[in-house]
Amino acid sequence: MTIVGSADQVRPDPDAALSVRGLTRDYHRPRTSLFHASPPVHALRNVSFDVAKGERFGVVGESGSGKSTLLRILAGLDHATSGTVTVNGTEITNLPEKRLGFLREQLQVIFQDPMSSLDPHMRIGDIIAEPLVATAHLGSRDRVAELLEAVGLDANAVNRYPHQFSGGQRQRISIARALAPKPRIILADEPVSALDVSVRAQVLNLLADIVENLSLTLFFISHDLSVVRHVCERVAVMHEGKIVEMGTVDDVYDSPRDPYTRGLIASIPTLDRALSGAVASGLGTDAL
Amino acid sequence: MTATTPEGASHHDAPSLRGRRHRRRWNPNLVAGSVFVGLIVLAAAVSFVWTPYDPTQVDTSARLVTPSVDHWLGTDKFGRDIFSQLMVGARTTLFVGVISVGLAALAGVPLGIFAGMTSRRWAGEVTMRFNDLLLAFPSLLLAIMLAAIFGGSTLVAMIAIGIGSIPSFALLIRGGTMQAMKSEYVLAARVVGRRPVAIGVRHILPNVSGLIIVQSSVLFAIAILGEAALSFLGLGTPPPTPSWGRMLQESQTLLWQAPRLAFIPGIAIALAVLGFNLLGDGLRDIFDPRLEDRR
Repeated sequence: MTIVGSADQVRPDPDAALSVRGLTRDYHRPRTSLFHASPPVHALRNVSFDVAKGERFGVVGESGSGKSTLLRILAGLDHATSGTVTVNGTEITNLPEKRLGFLREQLQVIFQDPMSSLDPHMRIGDIIAEPLVATAHLGSRDRVAELLEAVGLDANAVNRYPHQFSGGQRQRISIARALAPKPRIILADEPVSALDVSVRAQVLNLLADIVENLSLTLFFISHDLSVVRHVCERVAVMHEGKIVEMGTVDDVYDSPRDPYTRGLIASIPTLDRALSGAVASGLGTDAL
Repeated sequence: MTATTPEGASHHDAPSLRGRRHRRRWNPNLVAGSVFVGLIVLAAAVSFVWTPYDPTQVDTSARLVTPSVDHWLGTDKFGRDIFSQLMVGARTTLFVGVISVGLAALAGVPLGIFAGMTSRRWAGEVTMRFNDLLLAFPSLLLAIMLAAIFGGSTLVAMIAIGIGSIPSFALLIRGGTMQAMKSEYVLAARVVGRRPVAIGVRHILPNVSGLIIVQSSVLFAIAILGEAALSFLGLGTPPPTPSWGRMLQESQTLLWQAPRLAFIPGIAIALAVLGFNLLGDGLRDIFDPRLEDRR
């Protein structure tokens, strides 16, 4: 496992699954004045970290902290203003999308909302086979059946449409699609936050089992600290586009050094606190 | 857990197109629109095999006959049967509508999808500014120009109306495309390495199909009106092919002696336009995603 300090090196780590150096992303709001350029929004400020192969790495932060921007850049869906992203030793930063073909077979994404991440006009079989079609794999029908079984869905699901499934089932479909091209790295963007509490654990455990069994690298984004603690080994806490603290899950949760992290952790609702009527104070209240 | 266990199904069953269509089956706009449009389509279809009289047959012995058992809607100044003309005119009207709307969709939909999908901002802007230019140009004026150059004919009317309808199509489809491009299923398709053309055809097009159907219906109404106007001005369908617009024009000189000659094609045009507009409204109620929240 990589130590926190190594991320400060300027050169990316060629052995890491994901190696991010000095990543910055500025957005520009539409101009509001004719004479003044609009001030940029700093979504990411000089973010650096490494995720070792096979590691389960979590990123927590409230909405607007830049974690989703980070994921988009890692997935090659957005470009960085400066800094580099290296995936399994190959730099992907600022490559045009059509040259990212190799990335698609190494890295896949599970999106947040299973309502919108599955095309409502496509059959499940076609949705799961899409990565295979895109990379011209053969024998996709067998592979789809295999994937459906792996995520615990019936094989007859292939001919049905997304709206015929519940949220948890759809997220399983989403997981199956992500696994289709046999990636080594999975990026998960709040994969359970849109689900009912009752099915979160099931989907989370499924994801954890798959990552474990296939020894995949997991990059997991959430605003929910308890979910990250459940799934990840190492965690980075993001606040206003910066990583304010990074370390093993136990270290960060048990002895947070950064005041923002402390606020976040203090605001995790627990039964004791709820019963005593104490109001969680500090920065993280809104986020949770 | 078994594979088919519903997980929070009640909470997460998003309304689907299928579901919505089912729920709103008895939309009055849709029913009225379908009935009017259905009548016109029926009249046009039947006219291929049967009309009471040959609509172009001149009968000097039966000029300006009032409605009777022989001539259900009477005859015009040449003794031609009005009802037969109306039936064959429906054919002309639908033909012009189908071709011009088809032309507009064929050009406008790809343009709109391109403008909405392109990551090069200038390309989208150039497309849309050109579109605005076309939108600002009155399509009837365009039709008159074309007719002046190429002579009045059904073909020129269809092309002119079609070209005039392209920009509104492109504008609408661009909006729908931009919305779809932000959805996670398009992001997901990009992540799995789908090329832009495949995303456009496989994801964007099916998801803007509702918009296309609604807009086609509304533009169809406009095309009917356009054809009638052009024929009325003598720039559309040339004689002797029956056309509602020309029937209206020919009635002008006899407006006081036989006002029904103007009323009958006028009502036909009004019903057709109303029918397609109602149909468009009804279809919009089915396809408009904003209605999801108002259940």
